[in-house]
Amino acid sequence: MRSLIDILDLTTGEIDGLIEKAYDIIANPAKYSEVCRGKKLATLFFEPSTRTRLSFEAAMYELGGNVIGFSEAQSSSAAKGESVADTAKTISCYADIIAMRHPKEGAPYVASLNASIPVINAGDGGHNHPTQTLADLLTIHREKGGFDNLTVGFCGDLKFGRTVHSLINALSRYKGIKVVLISPDELKLPSYVKTDVLERNGIEYSETRSLEEAMPELDILYMTRVQRERFFNEEDYLRLKDSYILDLPKLSDAKADLCIMHPLPRVNEISVAVDNDPRACYFKQVLNGKYMRMALILMLLEEAKK
Amino acid sequence: MNIDSITNGFVIDHITKGRGMQLYNLLGLDGLECSVALLRNVGSTKLGKKDIIKVDADIPIDFDVIGYVDPGITINVIRDGKLVEKRTIKKPSILTNVIKCKNPRCITSVEQELDHVFKLTDEENNIYRCIYCETKAK
Repeated sequence: MRSLIDILDLTTGEIDGLIEKAYDIIANPAKYSEVCRGKKLATLFFEPSTRTRLSFEAAMYELGGNVIGFSEAQSSSAAKGESVADTAKTISCYADIIAMRHPKEGAPYVASLNASIPVINAGDGGHNHPTQTLADLLTIHREKGGFDNLTVGFCGDLKFGRTVHSLINALSRYKGIKVVLISPDELKLPSYVKTDVLERNGIEYSETRSLEEAMPELDILYMTRVQRERFFNEEDYLRLKDSYILDLPKLSDAKADLCIMHPLPRVNEISVAVDNDPRACYFKQVLNGKYMRMALILMLLEEAKK
Repeated sequence: MNIDSITNGFVIDHITKGRGMQLYNLLGLDGLECSVALLRNVGSTKLGKKDIIKVDADIPIDFDVIGYVDPGITINVIRDGKLVEKRTIKKPSILTNVIKCKNPRCITSVEQELDHVFKLTDEENNIYRCIYCETKAK
């Protein structure tokens, strides 16, 4: 049974296919409004995530399907000690496809090994979040017309930021990508991502602590939130959370067609004043996420038929 | 130093110097009732120094454990006091319940019945990663 656990489970050809499908959904929404009639998506969210869960639910409703599920572990059988494997087997009897978020890394993979229906990883701890990456890729594609020869800056929490790791993984398969890593020393990109992804794929990259210094060369600026829940130590969180805040003065040297992205939710790392700048693309990302989830649900349900 | 020769059992030879005890523990040899010898810092023309383990019993061997600890090892199988088989060991592509994932955020940290499975992701540098959370084995 085909599932999506890691963005690298998809070939670049399949990603191109999903993007193409998303463009078609955007252009012809009525064509897709009944294609999932009679199908059920189970949203199994063992930790709260309003945005991702609602995006999946909106995607399924716009395809004409239905949604069942829960939005926190306390309202599921996990509270009684049920294993992820048993939950996956049980839900397979009720639904046609699963979207799962879980605080523990690898939980959706365990579900996919035990479910008889497709499982989509909707975020597993600090590990993978492939549908966010699909949203990011569609946004870049719509803003830049493709992926080749882009200089992409990643700013903020590059250590725990799973969206950053996934997007770097995905972009490393395209030609001429240059990566600029902007972070404090404590939140640098893990060395294994540098060696196993950037260096192995021959991606040119540089590291800096200065957002202003990196700004002029960037085509894409991917901002991230310093997340409280990824820290074991509250003191470290408080010390680092305001490290990199994007405001209008910092954009003065940026390219006119810079694309500013953020996986959201934002706390204060992008000033609200930036929202009105035409280069701000983070709310477009949210919308693109819904389109890509629609395309993905369709693809996996189609493959499940085979 | 004299160690009795083996009648039925095996000799794990060419263990990299210093890894004999790790292998002894991972193979669970401390729980055996038969004669077991762990020789350390034995002279070797090939390695300079090596460790050797001799087990005087015909017990099943976990070749994955041996391949993970030291893929250069050879195993000599002894029957009726004679060498009947000489095996070289390769790195296993998958390790199941040989080592534990130490990542506190991994699903294996809360679900006790899950197998701890590691996959060889970089043969050249001998890197194994947890199949669930991709944490590198140490």
